[in-house]
Amino acid sequence: MCAACLPAQIPFFAYDWKKEAWNLVFVAGVLLGGMLATQFLANAQAFAVAPATQTALRAYGISDFSGLMPPELFAGSHLFSLKGMIFFVMGGFLVGFGTRWAGGCTSGHAIMGLSNLQWPSLVATCCFMAGGLVMTHLLLPSIFLLVN
Amino acid sequence: MFRFDSFHMYGVIGSAILTGMVSIGLIKRLGLKTKQSEPVRIAAKTFHRGQIYGGLLFGLGWALTGACPGPLFAQIGSGFLPVSVTLLSAIGGTWVYGYFRARLPH
Repeated sequence: MCAACLPAQIPFFAYDWKKEAWNLVFVAGVLLGGMLATQFLANAQAFAVAPATQTALRAYGISDFSGLMPPELFAGSHLFSLKGMIFFVMGGFLVGFGTRWAGGCTSGHAIMGLSNLQWPSLVATCCFMAGGLVMTHLLLPSIFLLVN
Repeated sequence: MFRFDSFHMYGVIGSAILTGMVSIGLIKRLGLKTKQSEPVRIAAKTFHRGQIYGGLLFGLGWALTGACPGPLFAQIGSGFLPVSVTLLSAIGGTWVYGYFRARLPH
């Protein structure tokens, strides 16, 4: 159900991965879709970040809102700094670990689970949101103090 | 995303849930079959405590990276190549979960 969860388990949970190969085709499709959308469907107008968000991000030293992902955070040159460690490596780890533990991600729980009226998915979705809110409002201010 | 200043995040999720509800309803009403002509069965979710602990951890990572597992691939596809490191790290996180699975509360 959750695109990225399954390929990673292949070597470790010895199940017949060839039967689940559609997952790999699916994520390859997501990658291709991102590429096509950027190449051919890109919105001619600049990507609009809500003014209130811009003000909040400027306080963290992020002022380039021209692209989809601010280069102050996600440029390749930050990969080997503390910033890169936190935003790429630690963030990625939490996404992978948390998704598996919760048994699904935003797609599996929030979208599929809720539209199928599954109450455990509602619990999981509330926890996703709670985690996101804690990070944005409580932890990120200190993280930016640390890396800036 | 978590400032809820703009429609992007909750709007996309909300409209996806509506689409999902309509699709599931249609699949059930029309009795649609898969390509192998098996009936479509959607497994019910069972509750375990991992959905709380794991969900909270995932939420933290979601706000940091600005992506859940699917969009990681889309970000790489749109040319943000450094995100591959996030993807590798997420796969690493999944591996660590598999390794410690028996010792985590579920």
